[in-house]
Amino acid sequence: MKTTTALSLNGLTVGYGETAILSSLDARVEPGGFLCVLGRNGSGKSTLLRTVAGLQPALAGRVQLGADVIGPMPAAERARQIAVVLTEQAHSPGLTANDVVALGRQPFTDWRGALSAEDHAYIRDAFRLAGAEAFAGRLFDDLSDGERQRVMIARAVAQRPRLMVLDEITAFLDLLGRVETMAFLRRHAHETGTTVLLSSHDLELSLQLADAVWLLVDGALEVGTPDDLIARGLIGRAFDTQDVAFSAERSRFELRRNGSARDR
Amino acid sequence: MTTLALPTAPTPAGVARWLVGSLALGLAVIAAALASLSYGQVSIPIGEVIAGLLDSSADSTSALILRDLRLPRVGTALVAGAALGIAGVLMQALLRNPVADAWSLGLLAGGQLGVALTVAGAAFAGPAALAFLEVFQGVSLTVGAAVGVAVAAVAVLWLGRRVGAVTLLVVGLMLSFTVQGIVSVVVHFVSRAGGKVFSGWNDGNFASVLPAEWPLLAGVVLVGIVLAGACAKPLNSLLLGETYAKSLGTNVGRLRTLALAATVLLVAPVTAFCGPITFIGLIVPHVARAIAKTARIGSLLPLAALAGALLAVLADFVVHLPWQQHFLHLNAVLALVGAPVVIALLVFSPVMRGLR
Repeated sequence: MKTTTALSLNGLTVGYGETAILSSLDARVEPGGFLCVLGRNGSGKSTLLRTVAGLQPALAGRVQLGADVIGPMPAAERARQIAVVLTEQAHSPGLTANDVVALGRQPFTDWRGALSAEDHAYIRDAFRLAGAEAFAGRLFDDLSDGERQRVMIARAVAQRPRLMVLDEITAFLDLLGRVETMAFLRRHAHETGTTVLLSSHDLELSLQLADAVWLLVDGALEVGTPDDLIARGLIGRAFDTQDVAFSAERSRFELRRNGSARDR
Repeated sequence: MTTLALPTAPTPAGVARWLVGSLALGLAVIAAALASLSYGQVSIPIGEVIAGLLDSSADSTSALILRDLRLPRVGTALVAGAALGIAGVLMQALLRNPVADAWSLGLLAGGQLGVALTVAGAAFAGPAALAFLEVFQGVSLTVGAAVGVAVAAVAVLWLGRRVGAVTLLVVGLMLSFTVQGIVSVVVHFVSRAGGKVFSGWNDGNFASVLPAEWPLLAGVVLVGIVLAGACAKPLNSLLLGETYAKSLGTNVGRLRTLALAATVLLVAPVTAFCGPITFIGLIVPHVARAIAKTARIGSLLPLAALAGALLAVLADFVVHLPWQQHFLHLNAVLALVGAPVVIALLVFSPVMRGLR
């Protein structure tokens, strides 16, 4: 079934058990979009991403991938549609980087998990795209934080999903690593038509690179292009504190002096 | 989607490496088994061993020694070694802990306790129960061991999500000592009935399996191996942790149950028939990983089975060399090889990075 909406939230309520963290969210994403989810610590970013990825059930409403509803989708089928990369550092005694990326093909293999020629090609391609070829044969646990994150992204790429969900994956990277990673994911989304949903604390970078932003502010979800959200003053509302204010003109955060933004 | 040119050769060097490794291990197992069948207090030339294996009707003294003593013993060593090696791979993957195995985490001790309580229960129940136990010794002791192993395994899985890898190892070893204490006390009170079953039990022994019992041992282990094979693919995804496993479509709860069942089937009959065999399950997965240069479970299982069988047969071979004085204990030989390996793992190995 052909549809122009890649991902949609319809009256989605997320949370744990009886406790709703975010209620009645609605949003729509075009295919091949690079989306950043922004919000302060504890605003529910991770819970939202986990629910979108089908790793925890929605309390109400639904998440749709094209025409398919994610909630009732069997786990094996979901794994062919959605790839996940998390902030938590995967630790895997004895696995090589190659093993880790090969796991991205697991949802597509038979009961033995044997890789086909096609799988091997996708794995090699993923290594190349993510710039991780150099350490393919090394032990995953021996790699640096940045290298490991690259391998995890290569694994998600090898999975060839319709939707890639990445939760604060740049947290352990230096500035250059963060720019490279986000620029790669944006390019990957545009070139392959994969929808990429990424949460980040890197506001300025996200605002420069995102096609659209999901902004969590005061328990609500505001959706728009970065420019749109900035113009509506929402970024400032979400992140301004006593000490820091967002400068719409410069698209960056600045220290307040005497209780007001230095630059206006 | 971008289009890709598919390369013609799908086979990475790893497959060749794995094939050569398994072939070499397989040949080594055959050679060790033949040596073990041929050499001992009585020497039987290899030619006669092979002839005796092919012709089951021969009744020369050496043919009887071969058929009634050595074949069951070597056969048991092969099965037990393979079972413990595979169980070690399952445990290490399930707990994501490179020093996990059925012995070190107290599963074998649980099995021992199960057997001890079965015997004690029969002794207290009266002569009829004891008579029943004697007739169906293999089955009832295996069931007793299975219950004990399963209880210990569930406890270890529960604990494994709360403490670190090395802490779990220490707790497991302490658990083993505790259970050995309890077993001694139980055996003390049923010494007459239990004496036969428990004599030299803590030392481990491949020689006490009767030819008639061997099919039970091998049969249960075989079912365990098949179950382990079924776990191989989903266990790979668990190596990255529970959330990633879930995101790759793995039903983590079902996988735990299945892998646990496989472990019980592999370990319980071995414990019931041979006592607690130490170190094999702990070090063999590392040998398999070193050969395969990967931690993929599907590649490791056959290598671990072969390496486990090899180690068991070799240790048993050393035990049964024609020593002048007495004979060595199996677990003493295994400790001489195994303990330094474990120490090296704990102190130097990169797989322990972040777990020390």
